[in-house]
Amino acid sequence: MNGALTDYNIGYLDEQTKRMIRRALLKAVAIPGFQVPFASREVPMPRGWGTGGVQVTASIIGEDDVLKVIDQGADDTTNAVSIRSFFAAVTGVRTTTRTDEATIIQTRHRIPETPLAAGQTIVYQVPGPEPLRFLEPRETETRRLHALADYGLMYVKLYEDIARYGHIATTYDYPVMVAGRYLMAPSPIPSFDNPKMHCSPALQLFGAGREKRIYAVPPYTDVESLGFEDYPFEPQRFSRPCAICGSVGVYLDEVIIDDAGGAMFVCSDTDHCERAVARAAETKTGETKAGETKEVPA
Amino acid sequence: MRNEQPLLEVRGVGHSYGERYGCRDVDLDLWPGEVLAVVGESGSGKTTLLGALSQRLRLTAGSVRYRLADGTVADLSELSESAVRRLWRTEWGFVHQNPADGLRMHVSAGGNVGEPLMATGWRHYGRIRAAAAQWLERVEIPVDRIDDPPTTFSGGMRQRLQIARNLVVSPRLVFMDEPTSGLDVSVQARLLDLICSLVSDLGLAVIIVTHDLAVARLISHRTLVMKDGCVIESGLTDRVLDDPQAAYTQLLVSSILQG
Repeated sequence: MNGALTDYNIGYLDEQTKRMIRRALLKAVAIPGFQVPFASREVPMPRGWGTGGVQVTASIIGEDDVLKVIDQGADDTTNAVSIRSFFAAVTGVRTTTRTDEATIIQTRHRIPETPLAAGQTIVYQVPGPEPLRFLEPRETETRRLHALADYGLMYVKLYEDIARYGHIATTYDYPVMVAGRYLMAPSPIPSFDNPKMHCSPALQLFGAGREKRIYAVPPYTDVESLGFEDYPFEPQRFSRPCAICGSVGVYLDEVIIDDAGGAMFVCSDTDHCERAVARAAETKTGETKAGETKEVPA
Repeated sequence: MRNEQPLLEVRGVGHSYGERYGCRDVDLDLWPGEVLAVVGESGSGKTTLLGALSQRLRLTAGSVRYRLADGTVADLSELSESAVRRLWRTEWGFVHQNPADGLRMHVSAGGNVGEPLMATGWRHYGRIRAAAAQWLERVEIPVDRIDDPPTTFSGGMRQRLQIARNLVVSPRLVFMDEPTSGLDVSVQARLLDLICSLVSDLGLAVIIVTHDLAVARLISHRTLVMKDGCVIESGLTDRVLDDPQAAYTQLLVSSILQG
């Protein structure tokens, strides 16, 4: 065995498998937010590391596609780098770190700051596709609740949050209602990103490899985060700008910088941060300090 | 509307577990505001009957017709699952013998009482909480326990919480499966007292399963005696208990310990 990677079928999976996954994807797009079971395959990484997302990406990727992979918003973390090089090896497609150049973005835990455009597809890696799971452990029962749109239970969770903490304390994997019908787990993205899902022009696909479920939100579909009338959904907010690029209105990561408890807050989206810095360098005409207002993504 | 038509018309109902039957040939009518006790020894099919009437178990024979809130009469076995669930959410309650079966043990008391409201579309936290607090008060649970989970409650409190959770949506019909067994005598008495007053205040129709004739005597208008899955005697509670006709009922009545 010579081990040449070109021996792999494009996208690693065999054509029959891709066909099976595409069928599940078509069904998922036809019923927004509905979890479609599929025969999840082994891929060369452990379950829980994004096998669902990898299978979805492998099934939709073509030779003309440009792939971007992010993990917690960053292009340079282990998971992102290894998945990106995996697809570069088994498909030969061009990869990028730029959100606006990519046609397929596979993501774990974030939606990029740069607004997605029509024609782009974002593939989420999903660890737990069932939003009701921790409230109702029986799969037979959760399916029934979805079938009957019986979602009172989800509000019990939010009620408990308010009773205990005075506000809805769920900050990631915040449950959403898709097209007014199906309750959906948006994968563990921060609630900061929830509003970006609403009526997004991009196609949003969700793959849960271990749990063997695929679901989708087609472009321009209503995605409503749950809330009470007197305690509506509130996305997280940050009071300070990014310490590197100065962007405001973006999602920030806390980075510990010394042993004395010092920390800085920087963009979780590395592509956004790099480009904001580059743009600031270009427009630096006389000003020594970059203004706080220069880069506010819509 | 009273006395015109029964709330529940049960004809020839039976449920079998494979070859064996749990109950069979049960006929009964239940009118609005009426409390019907089903008594009998353990294994006589009381709980099976309750399960069959409430659509938790599939009927293997007979029919159950229920008069809906809008006055139309529906055959329960012909209703869709979603329609039956809607009945559960809006018109029926079920009080289990073991409160852990009817409560979410790790959700706060307020959440437990509020859940049926949220399931019927309440989306205002303040109002849900106010309604829950009001019901806790009504079932004599201190309102400052509203954020404690039932795991921290005593048996009697759990059972009262379960009753509050069932009554918060103002049901028309409540099924109770041995609600007082497993509680000590003084707690039983208070709980029965509470059930009595709630039933008369709210005009509930109740089917209560019990093996305790004293419970039947205290709260029910009519009594049904079951043995080996069949109804062997039925009538006004006082008549059945004071002047039992069937040999088995006589035995049951005479076996009460006289204090």
